[in-house]
Amino acid sequence: MTVEQGIFLFIGFLILFSGFMMVTRSNLVHAALYLILVLFGVAVLFVLLNAGFLAVVQIIVYIGAIAILMIFAVMLTRGDVTGEAITMNSVFGWGMLLSSLFGFALIIMLGQWPAVTSLAPALPASWNELVEIGVAFLSPQGFVIPFEVASVLLLAALIGALYVARAPKKGE
Amino acid sequence: MSFWQDPVAVIGQWILDLLISLNLPEAWVTFIYTLLGVIVVASFGLILVIFLIWVERKVAARFQDRLGPNRAGPYGLLQTLADIVKLLTKEDVVPEKADRLVFNIAPILSMVAVLLIWAVVPFAPGWIGTDLNVGVLYIAAVGSFGILSVLMAGWSSNNKYALLGAFRAVAQLISYEVPMLLTMLVPVLLARGMGMVHMVTAQDTWFIFLAPAAAVVFLISSIAELGRTPFDLLEAESEIVAGYHTEYTGMKFGLFFAAEFLHAFTVGVLFAIFFLGGWRGPWAEQAPILGLFYLMLKSIFGYFIIMWVRSTLPRIRIDHMLAFNWKFLTPVALALLILTAFLDKIFSETALRIPVLLIANLVVLAIGYVISSAMTRRQAKQRVKFKKRPVAKPA
Repeated sequence: MTVEQGIFLFIGFLILFSGFMMVTRSNLVHAALYLILVLFGVAVLFVLLNAGFLAVVQIIVYIGAIAILMIFAVMLTRGDVTGEAITMNSVFGWGMLLSSLFGFALIIMLGQWPAVTSLAPALPASWNELVEIGVAFLSPQGFVIPFEVASVLLLAALIGALYVARAPKKGE
Repeated sequence: MSFWQDPVAVIGQWILDLLISLNLPEAWVTFIYTLLGVIVVASFGLILVIFLIWVERKVAARFQDRLGPNRAGPYGLLQTLADIVKLLTKEDVVPEKADRLVFNIAPILSMVAVLLIWAVVPFAPGWIGTDLNVGVLYIAAVGSFGILSVLMAGWSSNNKYALLGAFRAVAQLISYEVPMLLTMLVPVLLARGMGMVHMVTAQDTWFIFLAPAAAVVFLISSIAELGRTPFDLLEAESEIVAGYHTEYTGMKFGLFFAAEFLHAFTVGVLFAIFFLGGWRGPWAEQAPILGLFYLMLKSIFGYFIIMWVRSTLPRIRIDHMLAFNWKFLTPVALALLILTAFLDKIFSETALRIPVLLIANLVVLAIGYVISSAMTRRQAKQRVKFKKRPVAKPA
């Protein structure tokens, strides 16, 4: 076993464990902290896949934003930090059944996919994923239209949020 | 290359040869060698902080016309060591209803978040933890762990002042992250790369001459990220006891304290790398140890400005703090980023590049100042004026 495989196994177990803990915690802040562990583990997986840019963006976007999520969790559950909330509802059984079916289907489908058992070709020495991503996002042959549409959508959401949160002027 | 020119390379080669002579598998040699590197870089930061606290106390004392620590050792140099021993022997109090695990992780995380930045700091030619090609983004990513540690500390203490401090901290740190990241992108544009080594080697002219306004905005928003005076609302002792670390005692408090000081110096280092040319200086290429000397000299310059601001300015009011960020720093940073992108592309290979960028920066700063001061004046006029009431007089 190489060091890389050891790291992968450790991180894999960490992700699964924290994911399980996250959905079963009744304390919202604990759930958010376990979510951070899950997302951090995914970032480490990106690093193992030679995708440093994605790993760093994963941490900035997700872990950086969870602080806000935690504030909401604390404010919405104020005074009820130690209280036991119910984490299961009446359709728990159906959810379990459907998700395990979906999981099995995924395992079977991935087992038939040839890329799973074959090794990925080595990257060329001049490979720079930053340049590749930049060109893919902004070249007309790449994804420039989806990229720009997503930007416009985000801008619209930003302006909408501003409009909703703005204090009403006098006479409105 | 002799030992005195490049001790790190010589010692590193010696350790590598030793590891190979032990007949370990190649993967383990790399692993142990990397681990040793991590320990060396982290210890450098941790040992540095002992002296930084002394420097800061001494400088702050001079600003306030005092002597500062002067009893333990020559010039009070051993004062910090005495303080560490004191902190270690103190009782470790955990509040009864605190969230024990989160409470204990938070101070460690706050220290780790600062030490992680040192992994990408180019100390000298060839002396760097790891030269990531996304170095600048990495620094931004690691910063989010610092915010997280503050929030974890404030929430797990089960103390309303600590929680209030954490809320303030998150509001402030997340707001000031915006101009800080935007101005970090200006040197990235100028260097045409995000790697930290590339950033230093691209600075044939220091970027402070190409982007002085970006440097100023970066320094101000970094001071706010540090949460020190004048931006120390998150631990304002006259309002919310000590903010997020109210309930911490002994060395756990010491970790928060040390992390803040080390972070302050780290901001100085980053300022030196982004705007003052990092390790560049005469003969730094031939003798890397000179590079370390230059980097530390430039960092201390940035650190001195931070200390200067800290010991001379009063605390800023919370609405002023947010307005200053969103109405002045962020628009200026955005304008600078767009202008730099355009002008640097147009004048990239010409002799006009430096003067044009320099003037554009100063113009943006001046326009931003004029607009914001005009707005402030208008707001001051609109302020509600109270009727004069008779003052009670003794009969």
